[in-house]
Amino acid sequence: MKKLNRRSFLKGGLAGGAAIAAVGTSKQAVAGTHNFGGYPDSMGVLVDLTKCVGCRTCEAACNKEQALPTPDKPFDDPSVFEERREGGLPRRTTEKAYTVVQKYDVPGREHPLFRKVQCNHCNEPACLTSCFVNAYKKTPEGAVIYDKTVCVGCRTCMIACPFYIPAYSYSSAINPVVKKCIMCYDTRLKFGRPPACVEACPQEVMTFGKRKDLLKLAHQRISEKPDKYVDQVYGENEVGGTAWLYMSDVPFDKIGYDNHLGTQPIISYVKEFLAMVPMVLTIWPALFTGFHLLSNRKDALKNDDNKS
Amino acid sequence: MNSLKSQGFAPVVSDLKKDGSTWTVKEKIMLGLSPKEYWAVQLRNPFNWLLWAIYAIGLPILVGRFIFGLGWVTHSSYDYPWGLFLGWGLFVMVPLSASGFMMGTTVELFGRKDFKPIERLGLLNGLLGYTFAVMFLQVDLGQPWRLIYPMFVSLGPAAVLFLVAWHVATYLSCQVAELVPAFSEWMGFPKAKKFIKSIVLGLTVAGIILSTLHQGALGALFTYAPGKVHPLWYSSPFQWLHFFVSAVFAGLSMLIVVSTLTKWFMRWRCDENYLNNLSKLTLGLAKGASLALITYLVIKIIGIAHDNNWAYLLTGWGAWFMFEMVVGVILPLIFYTMAVRNSNASLARFAAFMAVFGLALNRLNTALISFNWQLYQELPHWREVVIVVTVYATYIVVYRAVLARMPILYTWKEKK
Repeated sequence: MKKLNRRSFLKGGLAGGAAIAAVGTSKQAVAGTHNFGGYPDSMGVLVDLTKCVGCRTCEAACNKEQALPTPDKPFDDPSVFEERREGGLPRRTTEKAYTVVQKYDVPGREHPLFRKVQCNHCNEPACLTSCFVNAYKKTPEGAVIYDKTVCVGCRTCMIACPFYIPAYSYSSAINPVVKKCIMCYDTRLKFGRPPACVEACPQEVMTFGKRKDLLKLAHQRISEKPDKYVDQVYGENEVGGTAWLYMSDVPFDKIGYDNHLGTQPIISYVKEFLAMVPMVLTIWPALFTGFHLLSNRKDALKNDDNKS
Repeated sequence: MNSLKSQGFAPVVSDLKKDGSTWTVKEKIMLGLSPKEYWAVQLRNPFNWLLWAIYAIGLPILVGRFIFGLGWVTHSSYDYPWGLFLGWGLFVMVPLSASGFMMGTTVELFGRKDFKPIERLGLLNGLLGYTFAVMFLQVDLGQPWRLIYPMFVSLGPAAVLFLVAWHVATYLSCQVAELVPAFSEWMGFPKAKKFIKSIVLGLTVAGIILSTLHQGALGALFTYAPGKVHPLWYSSPFQWLHFFVSAVFAGLSMLIVVSTLTKWFMRWRCDENYLNNLSKLTLGLAKGASLALITYLVIKIIGIAHDNNWAYLLTGWGAWFMFEMVVGVILPLIFYTMAVRNSNASLARFAAFMAVFGLALNRLNTALISFNWQLYQELPHWREVVIVVTVYATYIVVYRAVLARMPILYTWKEKK
């Protein structure tokens, strides 16, 4: 039998350790880069902004489907496009309007460009991961829905949403809740039907389907008409991907889209802190009790001397 | 009261009156004065007149907030969901209350018994700061009666706010326990004090853990909004550390500030042990605060270097950032250091006021001013300001009431 000397033992140990480390890191590497890409068969909507004429039929359909209050101005009034909220910004989604159409006058473009805004239904929603009462849920169908019976009203979801979507019924004193597009989940999506806005659109701006099919379709359209479309499907990768996808003939950052959001879901920025939490919980007690024992060493020694 | 004491008035400091009989609880609450004398003192105090004015305006508006909803008192902004209630009440109040765990650690864990005269003030400052942070939260929450939902009804344990909720709640009970000794002396329950003494090390270690995590978590809350907070106030890997380390100097500085205020306005309640040691202890706290400040300054610079945000320093936001750093960090650091070198407690007190201002500015910058820097600035609604002032006035009233009664600034004379 070969005698196991210290050198060979160390060698074996190192090799074994390296092997374990390699396996460990490779696993970790996979885990580190893996992000939840959404449910495989989740649905989505592809919005071709070039086709939108700003008729606001989608707004009206949403208002009816979600039983929202009648707005101050009728849905065929184009003057809402000129409305400006604080900071000179175009109007946004509110507790009374889950979707709004914005108008952008782009220099060099023949007609103004219209942009429909609503919840983008992220694959890994920031609202969901930031909520401390689990009020949000991403359904396998792709919708991000909200449970108003558990919401405490902290509004962290509004802080977290990179698209500034959730609105809050501030006017209610007794039961204020978050108001946002739920992709008509209760009334339509659950039964495999497209959201009301999609169905109502007379220009067929929006295509409803499986998200992965929509992505293929979008890229196919872009490759067929590379002169027309910008080579980007907004929502394909933004903050980890969204169920709503957009195509445009104008660079997205020119028409109110944030192109600096990155491809990581928002939760990935928080993960470093979350990973630190169990470490503090485990390490601190031993560390600080140790400090205590050390700082009281003199007293302890003195006591020992007295005893002996 | 200070003048009353100079005329020979002796406040309650033990269970026994001069004639050997015991004080009743009612008499203790009245500070040992007759009801008539007590109310006369309250009426004479000009600070109380100011408080009445604040309540006259503030209370109706506070009630109105719960009748008409948040939309009535805030700008009901969808872009700025958090306003002054959280910006001031949570993000400023909590770090300024870090003195509780700092003093617990210094005295109980590191065995620095020389800080004992100021330990209870540190603990009380912590407890009240947190309690009122929760009050501010209650004003801000859309449905305050659901405060316990994240604890027991519907749990979202992966959220940073879940951590804040649980840790602040457990830490509050921890702080209540740490102040039981003062309460038990005042009320005459010696057993409660004895019990707390037996578990004080556990409480202190729990305090450090919970403080590290929730002070950090308040910073980590902003890592949910990477694009919304200006890069100079945002750093996804370091945000929690920035908030935690600044809470250390903030807690120590706030303790210097409140101890200075008690020395000025509540001298009648301070005993010799407290007054004679205060300058020395202030310098001790100043030493700790200056170490925390230099650490904070360095990790802030590392934060800028790590994200390569140097270019932003040359913009208008950079000038504002530099103002915060110079007035709120670098100057207090210099003054603290000079104060420690020259044993100048007055200079340390001045530095403490600056450091507290700097901390408040930092949190307001992060939560409100640099928030949505690419959209627009929002000024809080005047009713929101009034409510903040009213709740903060209540904090001062409670603070003063406890200091006047329980053995915080003086040592209780035990029965022999």
